[in-house]
Amino acid sequence: MRTILYLIRKEFLQIFRNKFISKAIFLVPIVQMLVLVPAVTFEIKHIELGIIDNDCTPESRGLVTKLESSTFFRLMFSTFSETEANNMLHNDKCGLVLNIPSGFGRNLGSGKAAPVMATINAINASTAQLSWAYLNGVIGDYNSGIIAENSGGVPSDGFSGIQITNRYWYNEMLNYKYYMLPGILVILVTAIGFMLAGLNMVREKEIGTIEQINVTPVRKHQFIIAKMVPFLLIGLVDLALGLIIGKITFNIPFEGSILLLFLGSTIFLIAVLGLALLLSTVSGSQQQYMFVAFFFMIVFILMSGIFTPFDSMPLLAQRIDMVNPVAYLIRINRMVMLKGSTLHDIGKDLLSLLVIAICFTSLAVRRYRKTA
Amino acid sequence: MQNAIEASGVSKKFGSTTALDDISFTVGESEVFGFIGPDGAGKTTLFRIITTLLIPDEGVVNVFGTNTVTGYRELRKNIGYMPGRFSLYQDLSVEENLNFYATVFGTTVKENYDLISDIYTHIEPFKKRLAGQLSGGMKQKLALSCALIHKPKLLVLDEPTTGVDAVSRSEFWDMLSKLRRHNITIIVSTPYMDEATRCDRVALIQAGKILVVDKPEIIQSGFSRKLFAVKSVMKHQLIGALRKYPETITAWPFGDSVHLTLRDNKIDQSLYSFLEREGISDTVIIETPAGIEDRFLELMNKPE
Repeated sequence: MRTILYLIRKEFLQIFRNKFISKAIFLVPIVQMLVLVPAVTFEIKHIELGIIDNDCTPESRGLVTKLESSTFFRLMFSTFSETEANNMLHNDKCGLVLNIPSGFGRNLGSGKAAPVMATINAINASTAQLSWAYLNGVIGDYNSGIIAENSGGVPSDGFSGIQITNRYWYNEMLNYKYYMLPGILVILVTAIGFMLAGLNMVREKEIGTIEQINVTPVRKHQFIIAKMVPFLLIGLVDLALGLIIGKITFNIPFEGSILLLFLGSTIFLIAVLGLALLLSTVSGSQQQYMFVAFFFMIVFILMSGIFTPFDSMPLLAQRIDMVNPVAYLIRINRMVMLKGSTLHDIGKDLLSLLVIAICFTSLAVRRYRKTA
Repeated sequence: MQNAIEASGVSKKFGSTTALDDISFTVGESEVFGFIGPDGAGKTTLFRIITTLLIPDEGVVNVFGTNTVTGYRELRKNIGYMPGRFSLYQDLSVEENLNFYATVFGTTVKENYDLISDIYTHIEPFKKRLAGQLSGGMKQKLALSCALIHKPKLLVLDEPTTGVDAVSRSEFWDMLSKLRRHNITIIVSTPYMDEATRCDRVALIQAGKILVVDKPEIIQSGFSRKLFAVKSVMKHQLIGALRKYPETITAWPFGDSVHLTLRDNKIDQSLYSFLEREGISDTVIIETPAGIEDRFLELMNKPE
């Protein structure tokens, strides 16, 4: 025990003596939270809109005004030429073109269907879908206004059979920051655990100090534990720092137990550190390690469900995600922070994470052979 | 008396390269035992086996009667190892390094200070300095202090004097001699043949095989031929010319002269005239006693 404590002390001494690392440890969470959280959002504002109004009736102008007044759209230009509009779309001057054919107003007035056409740039599929959804919403709104008018001021409700009212639970305003922040926190601790610990270990190998340690009576597990604990603590401190920033700058809700969040992150960090040390035992240089670790990190994060819903992934990907610690923690963090889940609710995820942690760490201890 | 090291039939291969080929030797207690051989001879591999860092493919090494493979945990308490490459923590200070190694061996600097005091006093004024900022000679002294701090029974030094200036090398060997009174067995490897005379016994190792093991003076006396020192101002041309001479067996540069052995063990006029034809006219040739290096070169170049 005394040996482990002394080894840990040595690690901290080295970490804080390294001017770059000791600063980065505190700067990384601040920058990540302040830059990444607002940047990673699916919310779309100011979709650049082009209009081809071949109708020029009060009805068509009414629709355009309605679109203009919504915060989702910004009217870039209005034209009569389809070619010009297509060129604008092609040259990225706008993202959406709404074509109102002549006869639109007349048709509306006479109670016939009045078609319009939307052309949307779908290079980014999710932006295109959202643009369409917003456009649909605004036109639908306009539509029900017209119906109400035509029916002599009776509100449209009178006509429709089923009226849907919805409420978004756990994130009433569909605030993307609330959705992303718990995930960004996970990426933060992943980076700390994965990169720092692994590189530290490989460095000992590169300079040869590991060989000097190997001839001492220091045991495998003592050495591995002493490599994990400092980065575990740093990870948790960074997590706390990230949470504080989240609270102050984004006023992130925190429904659940903060202890539970830290418990989850602790188990997660053990898993990640275990894997980092496992990878470091098979890499011969820091360069090799960086390459392998980067690969794992990207796969873990992209497959974690932070950007894309977990349930819509192919079955194979979902299976693979069973060993992806990042996926577990993102789920746990979101549940605890937004929903206020209890130990009982997330027990299964925590347990799986624990099994992963034990597997990775014991593999690392085994792989780190003192006798080559 | 118990032997410090008993090695028998030790072999180690790395892929298709044979690093050690059926090596056997014994090292007595409190002996200073040297392994002399060129780079790549297998010295480091052998030392890594002795220090329990490598498992031999074949053969057994016992250190103080304990097998290096099965008893590695116990042995590690009693071995001090100084690898060829400086491998202490460069970002820790002199003092911190020493304390670190003392602690991981479960001891304190104070407890064994008398053992390292001779060496450590040289670097003590710089104890707050980071190890990475020390000069080569000081690094070496620090590494030796760290290897000794737990009072090992066996000290293993892998090329401790490589890359160190001549004065420091000599100083280093003086320090090793002083350690003898502490009852520490020392094995040391070096590519410098002249250091062989500082050991009690030496083993000449080449291409994974031990060519000879004995006291340096005995090895030296085994030189079988007459040796001549040939001098000329045109030393470079001289070696080339001597090697062309049909009677020459060996011609090696040695300090400011060339050490020459001849088939009939005598110098005659034909050599002088041969050299003159080669354009070297100022040669001085005298018979000279063979040093240990001459004997090593003779052994190493002996045809199989």
